[in-house]
Amino acid sequence: MAYEMIVLTNMLIAILFAQSLNLITGFCGQVSLGHAAFLGIGAYTSAMLTKAGWPLAATFIPAMVIAGMIGMIVGAASLRVRHDFLAITTMGVSFLFTGIIRKQDMLGGEMGIAGIPAAYGGRVGLLLMTLCLTILFIIIMIYVKRSWMGYVFESIAEDEDTAGVLGIDVRRFKLFAFVLGTAGAGLAGALYAHQVRFIGPDSFGFVESVTVLSMVIVGGIGSIWGVTIAAALLSVMPQFFQVIDDYKLLVYGMLLFFAMRFMPDGLGGLAKRFRQNRNPDSSSERSQA
Amino acid sequence: MLDVQHMMSRYGPVTALHDASFTLEGGEALALVGTNGAGKTTLVMSIAGHVIPQSGHVILDNENITDIPSHIRARRGIGLVPEGRRVFPDLTVKENLITGGYVLPRSSEQQRLDDVYDIFPRLYERANQLAGSLSGGEQQMLAFGRAIMLNPKVMLIDEISLGLMPKVINECYAVLEKLREKNISIILVDQNSDAALSFADKAIWLESGHVKWQGLAKDCPLSKGSAVY
Repeated sequence: MAYEMIVLTNMLIAILFAQSLNLITGFCGQVSLGHAAFLGIGAYTSAMLTKAGWPLAATFIPAMVIAGMIGMIVGAASLRVRHDFLAITTMGVSFLFTGIIRKQDMLGGEMGIAGIPAAYGGRVGLLLMTLCLTILFIIIMIYVKRSWMGYVFESIAEDEDTAGVLGIDVRRFKLFAFVLGTAGAGLAGALYAHQVRFIGPDSFGFVESVTVLSMVIVGGIGSIWGVTIAAALLSVMPQFFQVIDDYKLLVYGMLLFFAMRFMPDGLGGLAKRFRQNRNPDSSSERSQA
Repeated sequence: MLDVQHMMSRYGPVTALHDASFTLEGGEALALVGTNGAGKTTLVMSIAGHVIPQSGHVILDNENITDIPSHIRARRGIGLVPEGRRVFPDLTVKENLITGGYVLPRSSEQQRLDDVYDIFPRLYERANQLAGSLSGGEQQMLAFGRAIMLNPKVMLIDEISLGLMPKVINECYAVLEKLREKNISIILVDQNSDAALSFADKAIWLESGHVKWQGLAKDCPLSKGSAVY
């Protein structure tokens, strides 16, 4: 039973983490190849605080705030670049983060931080906490997507020049998406640190950023349910197929390639086409979430 | 209402517009005519704030808005219908319209939507349809409607008839007439100079970025029968 709980908690953390990237990349069209850095910021913040005696729940806000603040700095620095250049800029953030962490003795350097206290209520407590927070984040995502803010994000993702023509402050919204998404990653990081109870720089490297991006691409950029399913599947698969874990970068890189080549709309797009085939009248109507 | 003074704009080392000036009162229409590369779109984009002018001023209701970014200009009442419509294909018609007027208070949103639907009943019929699935004419209507959602004082319309059937073009001009009746000033770029000059009060004929002629539209040397293209 303990094993199943670990797998389930990992899955929920992966969903939360993938949704936080979905907000930036899916909703607002900003490709990020360094999202794992923000997972790491949340994880290190939360781990340091709980080791200092804070209860886990009390570390969520600081983890989100610090990840969000650094996300704002990265977002502000990235405002002038788009598409490929944005991807490269954010990839740099990932390397920068691990590079800095490795040199900080206070943060455990290469050795990382061990002995992170268990969550209140043990594995069951952490699982329930993760479940509640993941559901809450998904509800927020659905609300954002269906509100005028979601339309504004989508307009920026589709054509930010035209969005500017309409009086939309494109820079502000891009930055807002970045802050919200990176804060979400910080929250996922806080949960992750207390799930594994040992964190090191390698846990938040480029491979993790590619992994989470492949979850978003396979799920369907911007699709909440597609990304949820993809994150659930892709986070669990390495538990059952050791080869996936051994060749993670290769496997997820290939997955990204094949998804973008043969299934650019991801699982969300597949589901949409399936619905349209069953009900052709709805083919030109919007599918929610 | 709108006063453009000595506008000069360039793209890198290339000066695309030299010294264009004009004034426009509420409900007046100005046609910008000339061949491709004449500087019509550059003038429109300079007024909208998407091209930063090298020199000159844009004054709207006695306020100098030259240094104000494009999204703030839109809030001040500069509406733009860009070339090629550029609707958001994955948003529905209604969502496109809401996005168009997002900077104005939510409380007036339904009223503004109703106003747009009054002008374009077809958009009401297709409110829940994805914009990408509309015909070219319907997309042009949506682009108009989206700009109208901003309650603009001045509408800049770039290439109104591009890729549209004559019947649809006539419908578009009929809509412009309604907008003019609402005291909205219109700056119009159209490859069909006859249609633009018949509709407008004033005209500027641009050639290679220079103002070749300027005056009342009916007196324009390019009006009726003259071939620009």
